Amino acid sequence: MSDNIAAIQKKMQRRQANTGGDHSVHQITPYEIAALVVLIIIAILFIFPLYWIITGSFKNAQDVIAKVPVWFPVQPTVDNYQRLFARPAIRWLGNTVFLCAMSMALTCVSASMGGYALAKKKFVGRGLVFSIFVCAMALPKQVILIPLLKEMAFLKLHNTLWAVILPTVGWPFGVFLMKQFSETIPESLLEAARIDGAGEARTFVEIVLPIIKPGIGALAIFTFITAWNDYFLQLIMLNDTDVLTISLGIAKLQSELSNDFGLIMAGAALGSIPIIIIFLLFQKFFTRGITMGAVKG
Amino acid sequence: MQKTARLPRQSVAMKQSRRRENIAGYLFMAPSLLFFLGFVIFPMVMCLVYSFTDYTMTSFSFAGFDNYKRMFQDAIFGKALWNTIILVLISVPVTCFFSLWAASIISKLHDRTTSFFRCVFYLPVVTGSVAVTVVWKWIFNRYYGVLNYLCMNLGLISRNMNWLGDASTALGCIITILLTTSVGQPIVLYVSALNNVDQSLVEAASVDGATNLQTFWRIKWPQIMPTTLYILVITTINSFQCFALIQLLTSGGPNHATETIMYYIYYNAFKLQSYGYGSSMGIILALIIAAFSALQFKVAKTDNG
Repeated sequence: MSDNIAAIQKKMQRRQANTGGDHSVHQITPYEIAALVVLIIIAILFIFPLYWIITGSFKNAQDVIAKVPVWFPVQPTVDNYQRLFARPAIRWLGNTVFLCAMSMALTCVSASMGGYALAKKKFVGRGLVFSIFVCAMALPKQVILIPLLKEMAFLKLHNTLWAVILPTVGWPFGVFLMKQFSETIPESLLEAARIDGAGEARTFVEIVLPIIKPGIGALAIFTFITAWNDYFLQLIMLNDTDVLTISLGIAKLQSELSNDFGLIMAGAALGSIPIIIIFLLFQKFFTRGITMGAVKG
Repeated sequence: MQKTARLPRQSVAMKQSRRRENIAGYLFMAPSLLFFLGFVIFPMVMCLVYSFTDYTMTSFSFAGFDNYKRMFQDAIFGKALWNTIILVLISVPVTCFFSLWAASIISKLHDRTTSFFRCVFYLPVVTGSVAVTVVWKWIFNRYYGVLNYLCMNLGLISRNMNWLGDASTALGCIITILLTTSVGQPIVLYVSALNNVDQSLVEAASVDGATNLQTFWRIKWPQIMPTTLYILVITTINSFQCFALIQLLTSGGPNHATETIMYYIYYNAFKLQSYGYGSSMGIILALIIAAFSALQFKVAKTDNG
């Protein structure tokens, strides 16, 4: 913590140096120290559920229902994981990865093309198309699930992973985000490509794509994480044990054996650790996606 | 002469390039438009259509405003609406205020520490609603939960509470979990907004002897207003749609104490197969959310002068 206080001071000094200010050095107020302490306590509360999932998944049957909570599994066991993998948990995980990867790939392709068109192509009806996209984003996604279920049944896609993938790709956020990124493409580059006689497709691949690459990265990771956790859509569309996702699998364990906390925590760990690792690896992209995707004013 | 001869040719060329622009525009739009129209707009329109029918497993005929009339006489719907509004009225201000407060502190820290805190507060979102919910269910458990143990030891309660099974505490539990899963995104947005505040204005204010609080309200607050507005809207939408928590923790119980509109829609449409009635509640929910968003925009605009 003293590190942070030093950092605050350093930042203040740097700012003052930058603006050439010579007024007094920023004092660390007692308020800032107290606030930081409170924030650290709250942060511990935010980490605790994850800690409880991981440690819980290694606890033996007595420890999980002990009257005095076992804060750390002194005698760790992999029994919970063995019982988890006796069920089709690997299959569920595989389904989830396929679902997320497919949604991600299709979203990135369609949204980067659509976003570019909305930002740079002056086609008739552009304003209208864009406002419909923005309005649709503000509507509750889950309201459309009833007709969507009927539509998927009609297309014979109900109970397949495609029933979850297709609506995920259709969600307008991606197009909106990629429009924001495409706005930054300099008009002069596109003009130069046109004068050189480059066709639309070539311009897109050789000029546009390299510029919006960071945006595609942000969208990719955002879509992957959102799809991983879109429980409601998965719940409605997928019923058979073979097509369940890991989220549905955990929910199933929970409803069948509500007091077998060890097994449920093993499932929760399997469902959350991979996505947390992906998030931590790509969090820079992710943060950028969130900030760029904010509709301002 | 020359001029008038060139003009039409130019406009032909312009027409051609405009046509090219149109074709290219729609070709680039085609994939996303196809998915969007097919799997978002079409179902939305159908939802409106269903809401005027008595669509169930066995029947499908036009029913006029019957569903809407039924809704206003449905006591459980009223309860669900009431609970949803309480949930929104508590979670939206708390989320916004806490995120702004946390962001104002962590944005001043060392870059690494800032991103550490940002990750920590985002963790419950990434962990996923199901994993988060099942672990909370264990924490709240009447016999084996950590919460009862801690509260007993601190002397806050005299006997084990059935947190999720008691009508007076269940909604509070739901709101607590909802809060932990909703502050992540607002904090990220506020940190970036606060870092983008014009530093020269802040410096000028402190030279003029403004206190930190004055600097905040007079300089920073107006500049981060668009972010606040966006956060209000997304948090409202998310709170209105709170579903996984309810379905996995309480299924709307005990005695509808945690029934929300979203869960009631699910229950009617997918448990009772009343697609028509479920759709009409969906339309009402969409209208309420639209009204709330519009109101927030209006209030924020007048606030801004």
